[in-house]
Amino acid sequence: MSAWHERRAHEIAGAVRTGAVSAVEVTRAFLERIDAVDGEVNAYTEVWRAEAEARAAAIDAKRDRGEALGALAGVPVALKALLCTTEGTTDCSSRMLKGFRSPYDATVVRRLRDADAVLPGKVNMDEFAMGSSTENSAIKKTRNPWNLDCVPGGSSGGSAASVAADECAFALGSDTGGSIRQPAALCGCVGVKPTYGRVSRYGLVAFASSLDQIGPLTKDVEDAALALNIICGRDPMDATSAAVPVPDFTASLTGEVKGLRIGLPKEYFTSQLGSEMREKVERAIAVLEEQGAETVEVSLPHTDHGVAVYYIISPAEASANLARFDGVRYGFRHPDAETVDDLYVLTKSDGFGTEVQRRIMLGTYVLSSGYYDAYYLKAQKVRALIRQDFDRAFAQCDVLVTPTSPTPAFRFGEKTDDPLEMYLSDIYTISANLAAIPGISVPCGLTSAGLPAGLQIMARHFDEATMLRVAHCYEQHRGFDPGKPPIARGAA
Amino acid sequence: MEYEAVIGMEVHVELDTRSKVFCACSTDFHAEPNTNVCPICLGMPGTLPMLNREVVNKSVAVGLALNCTIARWSKMDRKNYFYPDLPKNYQISQYDLPLCHGGYLDIETEGGTRRIGITRAHMEEDPARNVHGMMGGGSGVDFNRSGVPLLEIVTEPDFRSAQQVYDYLAELKQILLYLGASDCNMEEGSLRAEANISVRPKGSERLGTKTEVKNVASFTQTMRAVEYEIKRQIRVLSEGGTIVQETRGWDAEKGISFSQRKKESAHDYRYFPEPDLAPVVVDEAWERRVRDALPELPAARRKRFREAHGLSAYDARVITATRGMADYFEAVVRVGADPKKAANWMMGDLQALCTETRVEVDACAVCPEDLAAMIGLIENGTISGKIAKEVLAAMFETGKHPKEIVEEKGLVQISDSSELEGIVQQVLDANPNQVEQFRSGKDQVKGYLMGQVMKASRGKANPKLASQILEKALRA
Amino acid sequence: MSRITEKDVDYVAGLARLRLDEEARARLVREMDAILGYMDKLNELNTEGVEPMMHALEMTNVFRDDVVGESMPRDLALETAPQHDGAYFIVPPIMDPEES
Repeated sequence: MSAWHERRAHEIAGAVRTGAVSAVEVTRAFLERIDAVDGEVNAYTEVWRAEAEARAAAIDAKRDRGEALGALAGVPVALKALLCTTEGTTDCSSRMLKGFRSPYDATVVRRLRDADAVLPGKVNMDEFAMGSSTENSAIKKTRNPWNLDCVPGGSSGGSAASVAADECAFALGSDTGGSIRQPAALCGCVGVKPTYGRVSRYGLVAFASSLDQIGPLTKDVEDAALALNIICGRDPMDATSAAVPVPDFTASLTGEVKGLRIGLPKEYFTSQLGSEMREKVERAIAVLEEQGAETVEVSLPHTDHGVAVYYIISPAEASANLARFDGVRYGFRHPDAETVDDLYVLTKSDGFGTEVQRRIMLGTYVLSSGYYDAYYLKAQKVRALIRQDFDRAFAQCDVLVTPTSPTPAFRFGEKTDDPLEMYLSDIYTISANLAAIPGISVPCGLTSAGLPAGLQIMARHFDEATMLRVAHCYEQHRGFDPGKPPIARGAA
Repeated sequence: MEYEAVIGMEVHVELDTRSKVFCACSTDFHAEPNTNVCPICLGMPGTLPMLNREVVNKSVAVGLALNCTIARWSKMDRKNYFYPDLPKNYQISQYDLPLCHGGYLDIETEGGTRRIGITRAHMEEDPARNVHGMMGGGSGVDFNRSGVPLLEIVTEPDFRSAQQVYDYLAELKQILLYLGASDCNMEEGSLRAEANISVRPKGSERLGTKTEVKNVASFTQTMRAVEYEIKRQIRVLSEGGTIVQETRGWDAEKGISFSQRKKESAHDYRYFPEPDLAPVVVDEAWERRVRDALPELPAARRKRFREAHGLSAYDARVITATRGMADYFEAVVRVGADPKKAANWMMGDLQALCTETRVEVDACAVCPEDLAAMIGLIENGTISGKIAKEVLAAMFETGKHPKEIVEEKGLVQISDSSELEGIVQQVLDANPNQVEQFRSGKDQVKGYLMGQVMKASRGKANPKLASQILEKALRA
Repeated sequence: MSRITEKDVDYVAGLARLRLDEEARARLVREMDAILGYMDKLNELNTEGVEPMMHALEMTNVFRDDVVGESMPRDLALETAPQHDGAYFIVPPIMDPEES
C-alpha cells in the first residue's frame, strides 16, 4: 500500500470519513513530504504547518463527535498564491504584495473549508499570473519534478509541481490563457479550466477579468471531478458567476464514450506541433476511437489570431486591474515617496517585476486615446469570431481533442529573452479562455527525454461533464501508467 | 463688442439608497471615518462589484422625470485615472452607453419658460473623501463615501445666464426630492454642480474656449461664480487676451474664481467595458413599472394648483416647494377648506411656526384636517382671524383640535349684539374725550376706540359686528 | 519599420505611472514594437458588422438587493495600510483637487 501522500484525494477523503485514517495522520504525511522534497522543487511559498495540523485535528474531532464530514475530508489542498486567504499571506508571488494579509477568504477557499479540506499553504506562480514558466515569480524558482533543470510551466507552476511531487493531494490554480492546463501538461498531472462563470472569482486576485477562471490540478480525472463538485456554482459576490445547475461530476465518469463525436481541429495539427507531441496525441485519439468514439475533422479558422487577441485583451484588463496596487491601502509602498505622484511611480516601478510592467505598458497602450479601436475593439470583434468558430465546431462534435502545449517542459531561461516567443507557446490553450469554454489537460505519455505530454479536451459551455467523461475514459484505457517523476521516486 | 455666455451643467447626485452601489456597506454620511467600508469599496485585491438594483431603479426614475430615453441595453465601463480617493484607480462609470440620454427639462426663468437639453444621465460610483493637513503634513483618506451611488446628469450648453443656471438647479433639485432619488444636501456633497462656461461674440455660432467651475457650496454661490466667470472671460477677451481651458475653483468669501489646474491635453481615461459586471437591460416592462410609480412632478403640480385651485403662480410655487408641503395642501383642501385661505395659512403662520422650530410642514403637530377645521371656525364666525393665530400656535404646540382649544381657552368670538353693546358702552364711558373729538369731526378716533373694544373683549369681539355697534353708538 | 517610438513609451509609462530607466525604455520600444507588430495580424480579418464580445458570457441584469450588510471593523480595514493614524489612511500631501 502506497504512502498517504501518494494517494488520490478521493481515496483520502473516503478513508478519513470512515476513520480508516485520521486527518492528522494524512496531514503529517504531506507535511513530511513537503519537508523532504520542497527544498528541491520549491513549489510552496509558505507552509501553514500548525494551522494545517490544527485544522486536521478539528476534522478528526468532528468525526469523533459523529458528525458527517465533507466531500474533501482531510484532503490537503495547495492554493495558488493569488487566492485570498485570511490565513497566511496572499502575495501573488509579487514584491508588491509581500506579506499582504487578506482580510477575507476567497469564495473557493471558503468552499474548500466547508468541505473539510486541509490547507497546507500557498504555492508559487508567475507574478500576478503573468507568464508560462513561473520564472516571473518574485519569490522563488519552482522546478519541474520531472527534471529539475526545467520549468514547471505557468503561471500555476507551483500548483502543478506540488501535485506532481505529491506535496498536496490536489491544488487550485487559475487559468487566464492556459495557466492551469499548460503547467498540468508540463508536470504530468490533470488540470481543468472550467467554463467562464462556473467558479466564483471572488477572492481571486484578478489578472484579466473576462478570461480568469479558477480550477483544480489533480492526480487523476476523478479527483478533478470531485474538486469541481466543491468549487463550482453561483456566488452572489461574483456577478459573472453563472446560475447554471452544477451536476455531480463524479457521476459523469462512466468510462463510456461510444457514439460521442470527437472533433479534431485541423489548425491545431500543423507543423508547429513537434512530431513527438503529435505522435502522443494521435495515439490518445486512437485510444478513444477504440472505445467507440467517432472522430471528425473540424476547423477553427481563427485559431491563428488567438494569441494576438489574447495579448491585447488580457494586458488591457490587467492594466486596470493592477492599477489598485498603489501603496495607499495595502501592500508595498516605496519609502521615498514624498508626493502622491512619487507614491505611484516609485511604488509601481519598484513593486512590479519586468513582465508585469511590460503587460501594463501593452495594456495601457492598446486602450489609450487613438488606439482603442485599432487594438482593443478589433480584438473584441475577433474574439467574437473565435467564439463563433467554436459554436460551429460544436455543432459537429461533442468535444474537441488537441495537444495542450506544442512542446514539453523547457529549460530555465530558454524563452525569457523573447516575450513574443513565450506568448506564442500559449497557442493551444488561449482559445478556450477567449471562447469561455471548459478545457482539461490529461497526461498522454512521456517524451523520449522523459518529460510529460498533455492531451487537451475542450467542451461546450457548461458541459464539463462530457469533457470529464472523455478524459476519464481515456485515462482508464490509455494503457500506461504515467508513473511518478524522478523526484518522487528518489525520495520514496 | 457684445458677448453671449454659453453654459452647460454637470451635476453629480448621490442617490439615496441604503447600501452602496457595488457592496453592502451603508451610505450613511455621518459615520466615523472608515467605518462604512469593506474589502469591495476599499478596492482590496480579488474583490468584485455587484450592482445594486435600486441604483438602476432610481436612475431610471430620474431619467424619465427628465424626459430621457432609457437605454434598453447599457453597460458599465471603467474610467482609468490615478488618485488617492479612487480605491481601484479606476472608477466604474458609464461611457458610450449611458442609462439615460436625450431628455430635456423646462424651467421657469427670466423671460419665461426655457427648455434645457439633457444630454445624458449615467450611473457611477463616488470616490472616497480626502482630508488635508494630517500628521506629517500628509493627506488622509476616508473611504466611507467610496462607492456611494452617483448619477451624473449632463446638460447641453443651453444656458445663457447665471440666473438660468440657478433656476435649472432649483428645478432639478425639486424633482430629485419629489422622486426621493436624493436628499440633495449640498453641504454633505450629495448634490455637486459643475458649470462649463464660455463666451462668444453675440450672433456667433462657434463656441469659445470653456472653463470649468466646480466645488461650489450652494446654488446661490454657483450663480455668483458663473456670473463672475462670464464677466471675467468677457474682460479677458475685450482686453485682447485668450481664455485658457482649465478648471477653476470659487472663493466664496472673496467672490472670485481662481485657476485650479490647467487641463493637460484632455485626459486619456482609457475607458473600456467593465468585465466584472453584466450589462443592464431595462425592458419596456421595467421602464413602465418605474414610470407608473413616478409621483406627480413639481411642474405638473404647480400647473394643477393654479388651474384647479386658483392659486397664483407665486403661491403655487411656494406650496409645491416640497412634495410633503403639496400633499399637505391637498389634504387640507380635500376636507373642504378654501384653497386660497389654506395656502395663505400654510405660507404664513404655519410656515413661520415650522421655520422657528425647524420641522417640515407635513411633519408638524397640526394635521391637515385640523388646519381645515380652524379655517372653518373663522368662516363660520366662531373665531376671528386674529384669534385664529393664537389658536394655531396652540394647535402647533399641543396637536389638539382647534375646537378643543377654542373651548378650553374660551376664545369663542362674541357675536351677541347685546353683549357687544355693553362692551361698547363701557369703552365710550371710559373715553369721553375721544368721543367728543369724534363728534367734532375727527373720524380717525374711531380706530382707537375700536382697538379699545377689542382689548376690552380680550380680542373675542366679532370685529365686523362690534364695528357696526360702535359706529351706531357714536352717531347716536 | 519601427512604429513604437520612445515618445510613445514615455507617454504610456506616464499614464501607467511607471518610471523607466534608459535600458528599460529602449527594451520596451523594441519589445512593444515587435508585439504590436504581431498584432497587425488582426488587420487581415474583415470584422465589419461583427458585434464585439464585450463580456465573456451573455448574462444581463445581475443585481444585488439594496440591503445593508456588515462593514469591516476599522482596525481591520487599516491593518494592511502602509500608513494610517487610527482613523484615516495617510498618503503624502495631495496638492490639487482632481476628479469628483
